[in-house]
Amino acid sequence: MSGIDLHSGTAVPLDQANVDTDQIIPKQFLTAVTRSGYGKHLFHDWRYLDQHESVPNPDFVLNKPQHKTASILLTRQNFGCGSSREHAPWSLTDYGFKAIIAPSFADIFYANSINNQLLPIRLTDEQVEALFKKVQANADVCIDINLSAQSVSCEELTFQFDIDPAHKNSLIKGLDAIGQTLELGAHIDNYEQSIPAWRQ
Amino acid sequence: MAKNLYEKVWEAHLVHQDGDDCLIYIDRHLIHEVTSPQAFAGLKEKNRKVRRPDKTFATMDHSISTRSLAIDACGPTNALQLRTLAQNCEENGIQLYPVGHQKQGIVHVIGPELGLIQPGMTVVCGDSHTATHGAFGALAFGIGTSQVEHVFASQTLKQGKAKSMKVQVDGKLGLGVTAKDIILAIIGKIGHAGATGHVIEYCGSAIEATSMEERMTICNMTIEAGAKAGLIAPDQTTIEYLKDREFAPKGADWDAAVEYWKTLTSDAEAKFDTEVYLTAEEIKPQVTWGTNPGQVIAVDEPVPAPESMPNDVEKVSCDKALKYMGIQAGQQLSELNVNHVFIGSCTNSRIEDLRAAAVVARLGKVAQSVTAIVVPGSAQVKQQAEQEGLDKIFIDAGFEWRLPGCSMCLGMNDDILQEGDRCASTSNRNFEGRQGRGARTHLVSPAMAAAAALHGHFVDVRQLQGVA
Ligand code: SF4
Repeated sequence: MSGIDLHSGTAVPLDQANVDTDQIIPKQFLTAVTRSGYGKHLFHDWRYLDQHESVPNPDFVLNKPQHKTASILLTRQNFGCGSSREHAPWSLTDYGFKAIIAPSFADIFYANSINNQLLPIRLTDEQVEALFKKVQANADVCIDINLSAQSVSCEELTFQFDIDPAHKNSLIKGLDAIGQTLELGAHIDNYEQSIPAWRQ
Repeated sequence: MAKNLYEKVWEAHLVHQDGDDCLIYIDRHLIHEVTSPQAFAGLKEKNRKVRRPDKTFATMDHSISTRSLAIDACGPTNALQLRTLAQNCEENGIQLYPVGHQKQGIVHVIGPELGLIQPGMTVVCGDSHTATHGAFGALAFGIGTSQVEHVFASQTLKQGKAKSMKVQVDGKLGLGVTAKDIILAIIGKIGHAGATGHVIEYCGSAIEATSMEERMTICNMTIEAGAKAGLIAPDQTTIEYLKDREFAPKGADWDAAVEYWKTLTSDAEAKFDTEVYLTAEEIKPQVTWGTNPGQVIAVDEPVPAPESMPNDVEKVSCDKALKYMGIQAGQQLSELNVNHVFIGSCTNSRIEDLRAAAVVARLGKVAQSVTAIVVPGSAQVKQQAEQEGLDKIFIDAGFEWRLPGCSMCLGMNDDILQEGDRCASTSNRNFEGRQGRGARTHLVSPAMAAAAALHGHFVDVRQLQGVA
């Protein structure tokens, strides 16, 4: 996997709190056994007026012509709550999103995003609000993300964000988490030796 | 130093630590058809193996029919997913409980039922309601598919330590008030994201008084408060439940286990990052009115108005939820006509849940305008219910008696609602579209769901003769 460090793009403002994974990718698309091709179903219920995805909902923000090429999703608190389905980040990255900016994320979704090279950025409510104002005033406004510097800039605004150093490292380097863990095989062997019989 | 229960279980599973970056060992890995195929495929691609197939257990639950035991009953894509699971389990030597097996059922129902889940264990599953297993004092949480693959390959997970929250419920529940009402009241109080980043420990006299099945209902919906996991310290109730179950330790191992389990409590001086207190006597039967589980009120309260919300974001959420749900601020829930009732899901499909629903079902007939289904959580629950004659009670009252599975909790099969349908559901999520596009879900206890089926609208179970 290639890493992500610098990204510049426009954002689509999804002005809603508690966007759950059933909205991001509804259950009827979870029957596939592969990881690809979910982008067209992203936000299905909101994005289309029909079940067959032939009639886009013109009122839904993702469908507005000015946001068609956005690569950053700007949204509100508790994004990605609900089910653990990794199909949620799969559908967001397949659609073309590189980063999501919100005041907070649900825990499992956050971890799933890191594992799929989708950068979740937590800013304060006020900072998110300021970005909403910018994007709503001008859809073409560019947002610059610098993961090494842990900063998000938009015109005269620059905000710092927190991220776990291990997450940052694995995003920048695009590391294979399993490969890294398997290098600790001796520790795992030792641990397994110590497990008592009744916890086998 | 004094430790809380979470810290004790956490520390007992540390394989390696590098700063804040921890590698923890996983004792039980439960899998199902929806979130495992891509993990198996990833493993294969990299030429890796399942490290501990003996600690991995599989069931079919999400994509199956509740009307037929045929794998193909829900169409070719569902069937492919089920066959893929069977093949992956076969290739990797993993125990699978397929459709039709006597031990098949919803993953979070069969794990405890088989005695697979024990105090002090770490348990993961590619499913957010893995939190259910915290009822045993096991650290149990949902993971994504990449993490499923990670556990397959290494039997470990990389984790950061969560914050801890104590939720203490003291007192005695009123008649007609259940574990489901406790957890809905907790979520109503702290909010849908109120425990994000935390592991909750539930304690207090009202929690101690609950049965294992009630504890599972409470821990199950921990995720609906945003928490990573929920824990209840093991006690005599836990030990009695586990004794003689298939995968529980036996003989001298059992004695050693019990001795250890008894140490699994938070020390008296243990610290929590957050503490929340509730009084059981104040909890009434709960009904959700909105589109997330935190949007909940007592059955006798009016539906809230957007203006009453504490901030703009919640005002917008409330307004949107009322529109989606087709209800007005100030309305009484008893005015809402329900045309579907679903009794089932990993929250409320165990034998005690079915008994509670049957007590109400016995009082009358399902209203003409209502379609009501009862879906037991596992083949064993189904069999037990049939031995007790509960199936007859439901069928006589006009409920449909189905085969075990997730069913209408999320509708990956044909148990789905149509646009505008209003459902009283014992499941755990009332998200937009969860039970079908445009369908409206109200979360309630099994007794409240059965009562809504008989009356065609919400009623307060405490007012039904023969219940309270
Ligand atoms: S019953 Fe519902 S919540 Fe539980 S595992 Fe199945 S789909 Fe998930």
